[in-house]
Amino acid sequence: MDTYSLLRGFADSWMLVVMTLFFVGVVFWAWRPRSRKDHDEAANAIFRHETKPAGDDPESSSEEARK
Amino acid sequence: MWDYVKLVALGVIALCAAIAANYARDLAYMVNAVSVMLVAGGLFLWQGRRVGDEIRPKPALQTEYMDGVIRYGVVATAFWGVVGFLVAVVIAFQLAFPQLNFEWAHGYLNFGRLRPLHTSAVIFAFGGNALIATSFYVVQRTSAARLWGGNLGWFVFWGYNLFIVLVAQSYLLGATQSKEYAEPEWYLDLWLTIVWVCYLGVFLGTIIKRKEPHIYVANWFYLAFIVTVAMLHIFNNLSIPVSLFGSKSVQVFSGVQDAMVQWWYGHNAVGFFLTAGFLGMMYYFVPKQAERPVYSYKLSIVHFWALIFLYIWAGPHHLHYTALPTWTSTLGMVFSIMLWMPSWGGMINGLMTLSGAWDKLRTDPIIRMMVVSIGFYGMSTFEGPMMSIKAVNSLSHYTDWTIGHVHSGALGWNGMITFGALYFLTPKLWNKERLYSLSLVSWHFWLATIGIVLYASSMWVSGIMEGLMWREVDANGFLVNAFADTVAAKFPMNVVRGLGGVLYLTGALIMCYNLWKTVTTAPSRVVRATAVPAE
Repeated sequence: MDTYSLLRGFADSWMLVVMTLFFVGVVFWAWRPRSRKDHDEAANAIFRHETKPAGDDPESSSEEARK
Repeated sequence: MWDYVKLVALGVIALCAAIAANYARDLAYMVNAVSVMLVAGGLFLWQGRRVGDEIRPKPALQTEYMDGVIRYGVVATAFWGVVGFLVAVVIAFQLAFPQLNFEWAHGYLNFGRLRPLHTSAVIFAFGGNALIATSFYVVQRTSAARLWGGNLGWFVFWGYNLFIVLVAQSYLLGATQSKEYAEPEWYLDLWLTIVWVCYLGVFLGTIIKRKEPHIYVANWFYLAFIVTVAMLHIFNNLSIPVSLFGSKSVQVFSGVQDAMVQWWYGHNAVGFFLTAGFLGMMYYFVPKQAERPVYSYKLSIVHFWALIFLYIWAGPHHLHYTALPTWTSTLGMVFSIMLWMPSWGGMINGLMTLSGAWDKLRTDPIIRMMVVSIGFYGMSTFEGPMMSIKAVNSLSHYTDWTIGHVHSGALGWNGMITFGALYFLTPKLWNKERLYSLSLVSWHFWLATIGIVLYASSMWVSGIMEGLMWREVDANGFLVNAFADTVAAKFPMNVVRGLGGVLYLTGALIMCYNLWKTVTTAPSRVVRATAVPAE
């Protein structure tokens, strides 16, 4: 089989399945149970550290996140 | 030691550029080479005077954000915006009044030379500088870390702007590889590749050393933009130079493959440069200005992945009814229509961020600008899929409708969200309490909005009229209209389009004045002595 048909066949079958499954997986991942806390924390990241980076103290960022 | 390495490198570059200018086979190449020689020579002298200075600048503190380069980026964005809009107004009136292609400037300032200058100035100079500046701002704030790579950020800024200046020279002097939005010739493409890889390094490096557990969604969009543009740029610019000392190069792909690669590039330049990158802006600046987190973080995750998966296939819709195989153009059409969903998901997410704060629309002209921008995003991502349908495309393709569509996206979505970001950033970056004048922002908002409405509506009328005139046949099957008939019929719409551009340019000039006065006269923010909680 020539390269074109081989790649075309692969793209039309396995690769398509892999990409579709990945995308479906992303949707389930986003709506997985108990993800709300993580997402709220991420969504509020823009309101932390407006003027200065977090210190080297590893606690500082997560501490502020919990507030 | 490092200073001497830099000194030697700059000297070698200046020398090579001088040799290249000497052997140059065409004017564009020679002028580019002389410019590089002057820049490298100037830097050589500047560096030379600093070598051996005992007072070394202290290594930058990791406890502060690197904002200097962002300030330069804001200035560059505003400057290139005005340049791009000015060239736009000139070429819009050249289309209405061909006499403006002056005899004395033939070969330099006629429509064919100025048009790529306009597109590159607004997309790559205005949009690109806005993306680089805002991405540096956003990635630092949302990662809670200083920009990675020290002065590499400065290299990215100056390297990118040097690229723009060289590109502008080469267009006016006639060096182009004739690929829309990818006109720069081989040596400029190589330079951009170097700059872009450094940009990726700075951005990714900052994300890797982040102090926040999550990578905020805006950074995902910015990262997709940087990575995809790198890939597109490399594949669409695979070419072999005819001579090391000339600007001309020959593409590696040919025929329909070349066309397909070009529009794979072209449409994803829209999808990842003008959409993904600017969505990164939307996901940071809209929630910040509204002072509420984004409506749904889950939706933003799905928005991201859906957009990434679908956009990359939409390119073939630029080549309906050409030598492209039918299945390819059908694929492009189907994916373009599917793209409608993530686009509107993103629009809803942006707009609904304001839910519970809609009153801000009355009081805050910056929010108004951002909301109109998202509205235009929604409108042009509805119009685009519709135009990609083959039956619609047979009417709209090659007409002014396409140009109207592009501009409702570019002026409405990209322009307005960038203006909003500039109004947000300037007081923060220069440590000012507020903007100089909110009423001037309102003036800008209305001038720009009316300008876009004039532009888009005149191009709809003109484009549909053109399409109908081209396909009109009489009872015997002969075409009714000559091409020149459509050109004559478009005259009033071309004038209205030019006036729309004048309004948009005026708005941008008002913005520049407002930002200038903000930096020079607005009261400084009072630094509080006591610590305040982040909320």
